[in-house]
Amino acid sequence: MPDNNNIKVFAEKLNLYYGHTQALKDINICIKEKEITALIGPSGCGKSTFLRTLNRMNDLIPFVTTAGTLLIDNQDINKPDVDVVALRKKVGMVFQSPNPFPMSIFENVAYGPKIHGIKDKDELSYLVLKSLKEAALWDEVKDQLNKSALSLSGGQQQRLCIARVLAVEPEILLMDEPTSALDPISTLRIEELLQELKKQFTIVIVTHNMQQAARVSHVTGFFLTGELLEYDLTENIFTKPQHKKTEDYITGRFG
Amino acid sequence: MLNKKKLNKRLVLPKAAEAIIRPILFTSALTAVFVIVLIAFFIFQKGWPVISSYGLWNMLSGTVWQPTKEIYGILPMLTGTFYITLIALLIGIPFGLATAIYLSEIAPPRTAGIIRPAIELLAAIPSVIYGLFGIVVINTFMRYLQRGLLSGILPPDYQLGYSVLSGGIVLAIMILPTIINIAEDSLKAVPRAYKEAALALGSTHIQTIFRVLIPAAKSGIVSAIVLAMGRSIGETMALIMVIGNVTALPQHGLLSVFAPSSSLTATIALEMGYAGPQHQAALFAVGIVLFCIIALLNSFVIAFTRRGGQQQL
Amino acid sequence: MMTRPKGKERFIYLFLVFSGYATLTILCVIMGYIFLKGIGHVSLDFLTQSPRKMGAEGGIFPVIVGTLYFVALTVLIAAPIGVGAAIYLNEYTREGTITKIIRFGTELLAGIPSIIFGLFGYAFFVVLLGDFTQGWSLLSGALTATCMVLPTIVRTSEEALKSVPRALREASLALGATKWQTIYKIVLPTGLPGILTGIILGIGRAIGETAALLLTLGGSLLLPQSIFHGTRTLSMHLYMVAMETGNMDAAFATGVILIIIVLLINFTANYLIKKLINRNSTAAIRR
Ligand SMILES: Nc1ncnc2c1ncn2[C@@H]1O[C@H](COP(=O)(O)OP(=O)(O)OP(=O)(O)O)[C@@H](O)[C@H]1O
Ligand SMILES: [Mg+2]
Repeated sequence: MPDNNNIKVFAEKLNLYYGHTQALKDINICIKEKEITALIGPSGCGKSTFLRTLNRMNDLIPFVTTAGTLLIDNQDINKPDVDVVALRKKVGMVFQSPNPFPMSIFENVAYGPKIHGIKDKDELSYLVLKSLKEAALWDEVKDQLNKSALSLSGGQQQRLCIARVLAVEPEILLMDEPTSALDPISTLRIEELLQELKKQFTIVIVTHNMQQAARVSHVTGFFLTGELLEYDLTENIFTKPQHKKTEDYITGRFG
Repeated sequence: MLNKKKLNKRLVLPKAAEAIIRPILFTSALTAVFVIVLIAFFIFQKGWPVISSYGLWNMLSGTVWQPTKEIYGILPMLTGTFYITLIALLIGIPFGLATAIYLSEIAPPRTAGIIRPAIELLAAIPSVIYGLFGIVVINTFMRYLQRGLLSGILPPDYQLGYSVLSGGIVLAIMILPTIINIAEDSLKAVPRAYKEAALALGSTHIQTIFRVLIPAAKSGIVSAIVLAMGRSIGETMALIMVIGNVTALPQHGLLSVFAPSSSLTATIALEMGYAGPQHQAALFAVGIVLFCIIALLNSFVIAFTRRGGQQQL
Repeated sequence: MMTRPKGKERFIYLFLVFSGYATLTILCVIMGYIFLKGIGHVSLDFLTQSPRKMGAEGGIFPVIVGTLYFVALTVLIAAPIGVGAAIYLNEYTREGTITKIIRFGTELLAGIPSIIFGLFGYAFFVVLLGDFTQGWSLLSGALTATCMVLPTIVRTSEEALKSVPRALREASLALGATKWQTIYKIVLPTGLPGILTGIILGIGRAIGETAALLLTLGGSLLLPQSIFHGTRTLSMHLYMVAMETGNMDAAFATGVILIIIVLLINFTANYLIKKLINRNSTAAIRR
């Protein structure tokens, strides 16, 4: 058992099956509070799958079974009596492609607080403002909060989705290739944003972009065919990887 | 910002909602099945005594329907329904399929964009409108034909305008949308590759349609036809208005298409209005026959399209 | 577009084209004929006065009111059940034996002829539950019609729910929304145009229905006072006037009103479908 109390996520021998096909094999991982962890690896190696175990989004897929230990704040989140709704409130998720709801910008951000029971207008407005500021979107949208979220650009939409997550005041942020659908400038803005956010949140980000992983993260995990092959400080992974395969992958010789 | 206790209190409500909502939705979903069972139960409960005391075979083969004298032969209505449906299909299938092919293969998008909504409208027009059109236009025309060109060969009671043929024509129009829509969908579902392969081998467009597309869309076309059949067997109001509702067996061979007739559906609808208890029970027995025919046809379609659909994938 | 075929194929080709246009022509002829014959008889008096002599003279005011009541009551009962069923099938369960049975039942129900619904409605709602429904009444008619329109609403609503992008559901759930919150606040509003389409198509079917209602709704020409009174719809009125009084002018005029309603229903449904497609494709493009 981890005794260090700034450990946020702890997995030991975590296995996951889609029906009979194994997607995660004996994953051991230990993610510290208020750090950015990058997950890299070739397509289909299980990065998204791992990420989705952390907020139990895999529950939505039929015939998924998991085995092993997965603790968040020292609580086993796979226990049957776990309140999934509360878990997902604590563990926010930003998806690969921006998926704003077809409603106004304000309503998008206010959605989370509202479903968690906040009715007070002022409280909602405050949360919306705070979250949009945190997501570095406020200046661009402050005059058009009632406009449809679908009218924003892709990069703005993604920051809106981040704001939407921040509004429920999570502790962990899961990001599955959050910039893969964006242009370089929007990507840069989100990377800057990450540096701000890590002061408050524990962030796990999946990325296919090696520079991005190197730029933003403290720790990097390299996944290969369902295994966490190498897991170390980002510095180490990118300068002196232990495995030949890691080296091949990060230098682009993989294949 | 948010204190935990406050939050927990607020969360109680959605959770309670979750717990009761599922059974409510499940009940809604079961309603359709429930209704089917109830329908079968009530029709059989009311009609079965007549069938079991009168005899199913006596009923199906009896040529006289005089419910007031407790004579329940339904052969005249059965043949009426059968002939009318046959005529409707003979006219409706060629035109329906041709239209489906035209829409999916030939029509320029703009023309198709006018014809498709027209077909939707055709499907939406109430039966009684077709009936009204049938009495006033088709039956009038039929009467001219019967009393003019054909007056020499038709007996006088076949010169009323009300006829099997009118019923068939009206139904042919009414089943067009069913045939066209389903057939067009199945033609469109044929993979492009088939068509391209055939064209690349040098077949003409028409050859491709008839040798490749139609065979590939066979299962959809069959269900279109069977559903159309079900629709014409089940149609009530338009028929009541145009066929004359005479429960007599046609006697004059092919000329019988000009005879006034009755159908299973029309008899039930007309006579329920004034029937006494025993007569009502007999009408429910007719309902049993109708229900069984339709249930059989539809089960066939449902089973057939499921299998057909899988084959196409 | 293909080049025009030659020889024997030309006849086939022409037949195909002819059929396409024939369908259009038939529609125009039927609607045009009813319209021309009936429009002269439609007037403000016709719409606002009570019928005399069984509808052979006078107007159709109580019939219009009766139709509205009947449709409203049917929608009130059928829409929650139908939409609820669609939600259950699409959101709350996985494909399995139970959904197969439900789907089979729904499809079977869609194919049952209206006169069978009439017999059933008569035996069940009018006779057996007569103490509650007061026999032939708006309530009996609406309950019967509910059974008839249910498949339409279920199917169309299910299509609508299916068209809601999965990404929206995931986003909502990932924010800690419960399943029902997600459905109620995201899925239903997004699929609303499609659901409305289903309800409107159901209304179309109920308005066009006659045979089942002859046995359950009664056919009274009085203004209905409550859901326990009988009434008649426009379709029933058309039939009764044409067959019982023989006054074809009044029948055609009623037909005109019916056709106008059907046209309105169709246009609304098409408009809503377009809206649904537009909305969800803009949301889906960025998937
Ligand atoms: N819903 C599912 N059902 C069955 N198998 C799945 C499902 N989702 C993913 N898989 C399988 O699990 C494995 C891991 O998938 P995952 O999506 O986690 O990969 P990934 O590393 O995120 O890839 P990418 O970089 O392409 O996003 C793959 O082999 C995939 O085929
Ligand atoms: Mg992935």
